Amino acid sequence: MALKTWRELPIGCVVTEPGSASEYHTGSWRSQRPIWDDAKCIKCGICYVYCPEGCVQQTEDGFFKANMDYCKGCGICAHECWPRAIKMVEEE
Amino acid sequence: MAKRVGLEVTVAVAEAVALCRIDMAGVYPITPQSHIAEHLSNMVADGLLDAEFVTVESEHSAMSAVIGASGAGARAYTATASQGLLLMNELLPIASAMRLPICMAVANRAVSGPLNILNDHSDIMPQRDTGWISLFAENSQEAVDLSIQAFRIAEDQDVMLPVNVNIDGFQLTHMVEPVEMPTQEEVDQFLPPFVPHATLHPSKPVTMGAFSMADYFTEIMKAKDEAIRNSKKVILDVWEEWGRLFGRSYKPVESYKADDAETLILTMGSMGETAQLAIDELRDKGVKAGLIKLRLWRPFPFAEIKAAVKNTKKLIVTDRAVSFGGPGGPVFSEIKSALYAETTRPAIYNYIYGLGGRDITVHDFVGMFEKVLADTENSSADTYEFWGVRE
Repeated sequence: MALKTWRELPIGCVVTEPGSASEYHTGSWRSQRPIWDDAKCIKCGICYVYCPEGCVQQTEDGFFKANMDYCKGCGICAHECWPRAIKMVEEE
Repeated sequence: MAKRVGLEVTVAVAEAVALCRIDMAGVYPITPQSHIAEHLSNMVADGLLDAEFVTVESEHSAMSAVIGASGAGARAYTATASQGLLLMNELLPIASAMRLPICMAVANRAVSGPLNILNDHSDIMPQRDTGWISLFAENSQEAVDLSIQAFRIAEDQDVMLPVNVNIDGFQLTHMVEPVEMPTQEEVDQFLPPFVPHATLHPSKPVTMGAFSMADYFTEIMKAKDEAIRNSKKVILDVWEEWGRLFGRSYKPVESYKADDAETLILTMGSMGETAQLAIDELRDKGVKAGLIKLRLWRPFPFAEIKAAVKNTKKLIVTDRAVSFGGPGGPVFSEIKSALYAETTRPAIYNYIYGLGGRDITVHDFVGMFEKVLADTENSSADTYEFWGVRE
C-alpha cells in the first residue's frame, strides 16, 4: 500500500472507515515469535485471555495459535503460560 | 444598529460569545478570566443563551470537554489564564491536530512562581508552537470584535483550526470601557452556522485522534503547518469583511505614526494604547517616533513585519515574558529571526517589561526611546534588558 503524501491526508486525519485498523499489520514489529508445544498445552486459554493484541485464536482441535499478521512478539502469552507450553524464538 | 454600552471587558466578551450562538462552553474559573465563566454561566442559567455550560473540574477537563464537544459538531468555547492555560497545554496541540475550531479567550496572567495573579504574557508565550491561531486585543472593542471574528476564522473550511484571543488580565479584562456591541442580526449575518469537517455520530462512524507511527507523523506535521500558514489569507479576508460591515479595520500589524518614523517600538496587547500616548509626546518634542502593534502572533505575519520596519533605523521590541537563558524575549527572537535575511534592517533593542503586573506608564515608553536614541553606536542593540529592574 503506497503511503499518502501530506497533501493527500484527510483534514484532521479523521478515519472514515470503521475497523480499518485491521489493515495495519503490527506483526512487522516482531523480533520474536511464540511457538506452542501442544504436548504441554492443557487448553486453558490463558494465552488467549492475556494477548494484548487479541491475536491468539483457538483452533478446531482446541489448541491455540497466534495470527502472525498482528502478533508483535511481546511474549506475554509465553510469560503467562504456566504449563510452559509457549516458547519465544528469535525471528530469522 | 450596534449599541454603545459601558461594560467590563470580560462581560462584554461573554456577551459577544453569546452573540456567536455557541452550543457549548466548558470553562473553569481562574483569575482574571473568571468573569467570563460567570457571565456565560449566568446567561445559560437565565435562559438567555441556548447552550450547554459544562462545569468542569479543571482546565485540563475544560479543554478535553470542548475538544469532545467540537468533535461532536458543537460550536465550543472556553477561556482561561496562567496556570489554567499551562494545565491545558497537553491538549492544545491535539485540538489543532484534530482541526477542531475551538475558540478560547486567554486573560493573560503571569505564570507562577512566585504566585502572581497579575498581567504579563508568560502564559501564552509557551503555547506558541501548539498550532493555534493566536490574536492579541488592545482594548475592549478589539476584545469583543476578535472574539466574534475568532469563530468565523476558525470555522472557515480552509482553516479549521482553534483560535485563542489574548486579553491582558486586569489591565484589560477588568476595565469598564465603552464598546459597540454588534446586534444579534449583525453577528448572524457575519457568522454562519458551524459546518464541521466531520462529526462523532453513531450513524456515520469515524475515528478522530487516531494513533500514528513514524511513517505518517512527518506528513501530519507538515499538513498542520501548511494549514496554519494558509489561514492567514482567510484571516485577512475576514478582517476586510469586518471592516466593511462594522467600520473597524483589523490588520496583522497595526501602525501608529510609523510611516516616517526613524525609531519604532513594537507592542502587543493593551500596552499599545499607553505607547501611543508616548509617541504623541515624543512627536511633540520633534522625535520621529512611531509604533507598531503585533496583533497576529500565529500565523506570524512575516511580510507585514518586514514592510513595517523597512525604513526605520532603530526598532524597540517589547516583551512581557522571559526566555530564561535564551536569546531575549520571545517576541524579540521572532522579530530578529524574521529580519535576519533582510539586507537592511534596523538595530533591534529588546526591553522585557510589565512582568507580573508591573505598571508601565507613558513615561516608561518615553524613557525607552530616550535610552535607545542616546545609544548612537547601537552598542546595546541585539541584546535584552529587564526594563526598570532594581540594580
